[in-house]
Amino acid sequence: MPAVTFSPDDRYNAFITTLDQAETGPGRLSGIAVAVKDNISTRGIRTTCASRILDGYIPPYDAHVVTLLRQEGAAIVGKTNMDEFGMGTTTENSAYGPTLNPSDPSRVPGGSSGGSAAAVASGMVRMALGTDTGGSIRCPASFCGIVGLKPTYGRVSRYGLIAYANSLEQIGPMAQNVEDVSLLMEVLSTHDPRDSTSISCPYRHTPDPTVTGLKIGVPEEFFGEGVDPRVAAVVWEAISRLEGEGAEIVTCRMPSMVFALAAYYVTCTSEASSNLARFDGVRYGPPADTKRPWHESFQERRREGFGTEVRRRIMLGTFALSSGYYGKYYAKAQAARQQVRNDFVRLFRTVDVIAGPTMPTVAFRLGEKTDPLSMYLSDILTVPANLAGVPAISVPCGTSEGLPVGLQVMGQWFRDEKVIDVAAAYEQGVSA
Amino acid sequence: MIEEKDVEHIAMLADIGITKEELPGFTGQFNEILDYFDILDQVEGTGSFEHERANVFREDEIEPSLPQDDVLANTRDAEDGFFRAPRVM
Amino acid sequence: MSDTTATQPANIGIATEDEVIIGLEIHCQLDTTTKLFCGCSTDYRDDPPNTHVCPVCLGLPGSLPRVNRKAVEYALRVGKALNCEIATEAEFSRKNYFYPDLDKGFQITQYDKPIAVKGYLDIEGDEGEKRVRITRVHMEEDPGRLVHKGGTDRPKYTLVDYNRAGIPLIEIVTEPDLRSPKEARKFLNKLRATLEYLGVFDSEKEGSLRVDANISIQPKGWFEREGRGKADRGRVEIKNISSYKGVEKALTFEITRQKNLIRRGQKLETATRHFVEGRGVTTSSRSKEMEQDYRYFPEPDLRPVRVRDWAAEIALPELPDARRARFMEQYGCSPNHARTLTGELRLAEFYEKVADIDTMLAATWIADTLLGELNYRDLSIVVVPPEQFREVLILLKEGSITDKSGVEVLRVLLDQLKETGACEGPRVCVDRLGLGVIVAAPTLSGEDPVVKAAKEAIAEQPQAVADYRAGRKEALNFLVGQVMKKTRGCAKPADVNTILTDLLEEG
Ligand SMILES: [Zn+2]
Repeated sequence: MPAVTFSPDDRYNAFITTLDQAETGPGRLSGIAVAVKDNISTRGIRTTCASRILDGYIPPYDAHVVTLLRQEGAAIVGKTNMDEFGMGTTTENSAYGPTLNPSDPSRVPGGSSGGSAAAVASGMVRMALGTDTGGSIRCPASFCGIVGLKPTYGRVSRYGLIAYANSLEQIGPMAQNVEDVSLLMEVLSTHDPRDSTSISCPYRHTPDPTVTGLKIGVPEEFFGEGVDPRVAAVVWEAISRLEGEGAEIVTCRMPSMVFALAAYYVTCTSEASSNLARFDGVRYGPPADTKRPWHESFQERRREGFGTEVRRRIMLGTFALSSGYYGKYYAKAQAARQQVRNDFVRLFRTVDVIAGPTMPTVAFRLGEKTDPLSMYLSDILTVPANLAGVPAISVPCGTSEGLPVGLQVMGQWFRDEKVIDVAAAYEQGVSA
Repeated sequence: MIEEKDVEHIAMLADIGITKEELPGFTGQFNEILDYFDILDQVEGTGSFEHERANVFREDEIEPSLPQDDVLANTRDAEDGFFRAPRVM
Repeated sequence: MSDTTATQPANIGIATEDEVIIGLEIHCQLDTTTKLFCGCSTDYRDDPPNTHVCPVCLGLPGSLPRVNRKAVEYALRVGKALNCEIATEAEFSRKNYFYPDLDKGFQITQYDKPIAVKGYLDIEGDEGEKRVRITRVHMEEDPGRLVHKGGTDRPKYTLVDYNRAGIPLIEIVTEPDLRSPKEARKFLNKLRATLEYLGVFDSEKEGSLRVDANISIQPKGWFEREGRGKADRGRVEIKNISSYKGVEKALTFEITRQKNLIRRGQKLETATRHFVEGRGVTTSSRSKEMEQDYRYFPEPDLRPVRVRDWAAEIALPELPDARRARFMEQYGCSPNHARTLTGELRLAEFYEKVADIDTMLAATWIADTLLGELNYRDLSIVVVPPEQFREVLILLKEGSITDKSGVEVLRVLLDQLKETGACEGPRVCVDRLGLGVIVAAPTLSGEDPVVKAAKEAIAEQPQAVADYRAGRKEALNFLVGQVMKKTRGCAKPADVNTILTDLLEEG
């Protein structure tokens, strides 16, 4: 079996694990170095979710997407750093230390797929897999100046993705350009019966960079309070550029944005509180202390094994589901979620795609955000796509204060091809 | 408004160990976050998220199980093919 | 102590104005080939621990559940057979609690959208035909198996085997309609029979059925007026009963315990108790269990189950009541025989395999003799080869053996089956043991063994002979008995009767 040699200078701490000799084979990704986020199971390669609680865990099976990568000859060269279990917006919440932003190492790369973004942005790999629960592909793509796609929910199998919030998350491609993102998406998007939420709608597409006659909706809320005016200006200019290419810009409203972030955080913490209950040290991970009673040992295991943000979210989710509060939090969040989806349905009756900034700001300085709520608020522009399940891409669209800014394009369900086309049109228009 | 004893109760429900020193911090943050979540009170109805798809089934056909060695490979605490866990009684 | 207790009758039984209120929650393993959410085989009982597991049922990170279509179909059959409404939309939910037998830290079950609700099952109750209402039927996964280890000298710990984790279960919940432990047992028997007839359950498999029982003693009529949830006296939930006999035992024990408390004027707390099978008692759960908050929410990895139309298409097989009616009509079985023979699927099938020899003879011999002998030996009908039993019936029908010898042959054969799992042919057995019928000669020749025995009996029992001759005809029965004993039951009673009468008249 031929192999790709991989000995990068990982000065940004993008990787948790690297393989100096990565197998490759024939196929569409033959010989291409691909990095895989460390919450995606790889047979025989440790998979940590950047958490101490999975110390030493080596999956006995491959995630569906990893099987697909191997089938297409990709060289899986390493597992990338991330916020523990995907819980974060900066890749600072990692048991393996923070990843740095290649465009400014004093800044965070965004999160939670910050390692994948940094690995691509620094040129260590051509492509990477990220996962996006509430913006975790698009945010680091935006902060690091690369392209990242969150596919339509159900279009990429989650089998083998270590769940943070099952109903929201998708695995997706990250790369330097739209063409590579599209190519990787072709490989990833096949039906997998092992994931009951997987839908048979394979992505087979060559990007078509024409936007003539395309209607682009721009919700006012995406340029509202909390969005840095300098970032807003860069993104508006990018949208105008698309108008120059022949697209029609339609301003619109998305009233459910008021609830979106709360609905998102209630949903993801609730699901997480349940998903993370399995890490008890019995079957894998650092062993539970069998000299002590079960609950004592279990609590100890979880206190030591999980980072503060993870414990915070487990507790929030436990509270949101607990007796007497379910109706106020979880049930209301699902109703709000339905409203977000209704807003998209309504908007897509008149527009083809929706555009706006990916993030309200440029990359934060390391250690800048310490208050959890203000960190959560920075996800406001990315969570609607996850709540509704629609595809969304972030494509670099210039800089503010010398730091990358991302243009976000959201499309209709199963029209991932369209957001790719719009991103390609922007990308080519800029380089032309 | 939740208090430190509420946070202790949640931590117990979640079986998350929590130290006395951590309580004030978590309590303050939870209050801030839960205040923000109050926006959901304005959402009408409690309708659940509707699924378009239903009846996703597999057939009742045997697929190979893992070899016992693989099953136990990730634990340091195996005994006669069993996993070892703390006592529950 | 209140005054009213003093005026109550002092007998041990409950005061006539009290009644027992029982409701059951029954967990049955569905007899599918694979588990509920993965393709692991369910045939784990004789295999080493943790050999029927995969990433899914081991709860490995990243694995996802997939619903077994067959399990849903089986649950629908149960729902229909129990006369339930099938849900328009059923849904799986997560029940969150921490225990090492749960591979994922939660159990996938059905909560507010069970697959079937509001049904009933008719049983033979204490006061005749009775309709027991079914609250709900829902699907869930079995947890793994725990083995508690350790002695006094070293710390205790737990061993975990996940082979059982993910086996499909249905939970059937009844309304509190049962009024005695016996009724509870009858309900369980009928339910078991129904599930077996449906082909969804195998009661022979160890641990395939587990029961939790709710029980309270209330003033008569009070429950009908006030209903559940307003228990005047405390209600006890007995957990963890894993045998059919255990249910009646546990409930009987609990009634005695509660009666004693009531008699002493003590207050009954609503509580959970555990049944200790070996000792036949219920014990209080050691610690006051932390108030459980299972934080149910819809399982995000699965999609809803919309199966009303499918349920409508499912044709049910013949169920116990229908078969009972058929046995009476087709074979002329008595109502009692028909009920007994159809009370278990395998018994009914066994009967139909041998009934052609003589429907009445077969019914009588199975229901009145074979079952008792099996019970005595703790054997099930499945161990009896139908062709051997057919031969016993043929021997009886052609008069080659007497009834008494028939019983003897059965006992010998069953003992062999219990010992070795196989038995000799009935004819071989009869010849070997000389159990063939002794045909008496037409003359009263002294060479004939029956005549010889009759003559001995007359010689040995002068008092009986005198009584007979004095006109007390029942003395003859005594003499017949003596002759039968001497011929080891191989003489035909009718022959003995004639010979004795002739000899006595002669003399
Ligand atoms: Zn399995």
